Amino acid sequence: MIIAVASGKGGTGKTTVTAALAANWKTPVAAVDLDVEEPNLHLFLHPSITGTEKGYIEIPEADERMCTSCGACAELCQFKAIALIGDTLLTFPEMCHGCGGCIAVCPTGALTESSRELGELCHGTSGDIAFHMGRLRIGEAMCPPLMKLVKNEVFSSYENDSRDVILDSPPGASCPAICAVADADCVVLVTEPTPFGFYDFKIAYEAFSVFNKPTGVVVNKAGIGDMQVYAFCEEHNIPIWAEIPYDRGIAEAYSMGSVITEAVPSLKPVFEELTRSIQESVHA
Amino acid sequence: MHEILVISGKGGAGKTSVTGAFAHLSDNAILCDLDVDAPDFHLLSQPEKYQTHEFWSGYEAHIRQDDCMQCGDCLERCRFDAIKEEDGLYTVDPIKCEGCKVCVALCPGDAIDFNLKKCGEWYRSHTRFGQLVHAQLYPGEENSGRLVALLKDEARKTAKEYGYEIMLADGAPGIGCPVISSLSGTDLAVFVTEPTPSGLHDLERVAALCDHFRVKGCVVINKYDLNTDMTEKIESFCEQKGYPVAGRVPHSNAVTAAMVERKTVTEYDSSMYTDFAGIWNNVLSQL
Ligand code: SF4
Ligand code: SF4
Ligand code: SF4
Ligand code: SF4
Repeated sequence: MIIAVASGKGGTGKTTVTAALAANWKTPVAAVDLDVEEPNLHLFLHPSITGTEKGYIEIPEADERMCTSCGACAELCQFKAIALIGDTLLTFPEMCHGCGGCIAVCPTGALTESSRELGELCHGTSGDIAFHMGRLRIGEAMCPPLMKLVKNEVFSSYENDSRDVILDSPPGASCPAICAVADADCVVLVTEPTPFGFYDFKIAYEAFSVFNKPTGVVVNKAGIGDMQVYAFCEEHNIPIWAEIPYDRGIAEAYSMGSVITEAVPSLKPVFEELTRSIQESVHA
Repeated sequence: MHEILVISGKGGAGKTSVTGAFAHLSDNAILCDLDVDAPDFHLLSQPEKYQTHEFWSGYEAHIRQDDCMQCGDCLERCRFDAIKEEDGLYTVDPIKCEGCKVCVALCPGDAIDFNLKKCGEWYRSHTRFGQLVHAQLYPGEENSGRLVALLKDEARKTAKEYGYEIMLADGAPGIGCPVISSLSGTDLAVFVTEPTPSGLHDLERVAALCDHFRVKGCVVINKYDLNTDMTEKIESFCEQKGYPVAGRVPHSNAVTAAMVERKTVTEYDSSMYTDFAGIWNNVLSQL
């Protein structure tokens, strides 16, 4: 089973929920940080990292001697990653999406596959929890390809394994978040009951509901703000799977990098209940 | 004109609340919400839109079944796994399609259309703090970097037309494409951070990004009293890297209470007003 923990926006407690969910999972589990721009899960699970590899995307390399300046590659490229200025062929590797189109259309074979580093993939363990994360190279603009590499590593590792996978998704509702949610069996949406939280939650819900996956809500910092999130969930029949009360003790535990159910043991039943709801929703 | 961008590396650090306070305190700024995926600034500023524009960007492939010869070439070529085959029927999954045109260009039956997509809307508005340029990308759409660049351009035009001296922008979260796009032309980045391990970690990454693009930065530590050890760590990081700390903001329920009333925290709470007035002056002195 693959569970995506997502949120309309960062800062709602998505990583806190992922860490506590993984720490309280009763069967073998892998915790995966797909927020490759700003991975934070390791700051709470404190894994020992046993392996790190670099991740690459395939981009074209030009051999000027073979180029006849026909312009076919530049005409095809939708991302302005290859251009012909006069007779000179220029490539802009950081803009390239790695679609391979230019190489396929070049009539002379002047373009061949080369690669650009996207960032790194790390894996390790935190107690019984298997841990994976990707970390985008500073200055790299595209996260979906690195996320895809992390997902491939994770899914191939546990293909013939009963290990469940919990994905800490990137915030927002645009392509990186969609890329994380797309493969999940169920979506846990974390929100705060404030006007900002509610607005972002609505956008995320709209974006993810096209997948028609079982979805439930975790209301973090329950007790602050207003009731809009609750009203919306009731109206749209979205179950609220857990509420984490607003509590300075929890905020302090978070600020110290602790898993909140360890710092505040009274939260343990909340996460046990959340686990149960997730499992029931997938097996229903 | 000076361009000030408020960023945090990640959402939730209080970026929009800080931008709102600055907007209230500034008297000659064009405002701009560059968080086009999940814009929140309108919740504090209550804009009245006087212009709405469609945002069209990027393309999407679409297979005309009547012309498709079911050769499967597109399925093999698409590197984004966007082509699906079911019972010999080839279709494009619009969610996965990157609009790279590879399948379109190479389809032997010339059976694939390539249509421009409407990805969202952008607006010009009046607010009680002055004019605002903002947008909403449709859920699940990409190209937010392009929309950010467009918004900045439009804000610059408005600033020129009306003689604004400052552009105050609520930046996009993260360090990826929309943030990189929002940094272009920025004179000063204000990093909003919190005294948590992730706060410091995100600050380090967003600061490295600004260094990479040679954008000057200063720091606002939000909720500094939540963990004073962490606050000290953040301050020593700032000192080491030469980022001035423009101010510290205490942890306060006023922030949420103000938000519920659709107000900036400086409008709602007088001690916050005093704190932020000092911070805003420090920010301006960096220009
Ligand atoms: S691989 Fe695709 S994106 Fe990259 S340069 Fe070639 S055509 Fe452009
Ligand atoms: S398609 Fe090949 S030959 Fe033509 S301009 Fe591009 S690299 Fe040169
Ligand atoms: S490449 Fe063209 S003809 Fe071949 S399966 Fe795809 S759409 Fe059909
Ligand atoms: S345009 Fe590119 S991404 Fe979209 S279906 Fe065709 S090959 Fe795949």
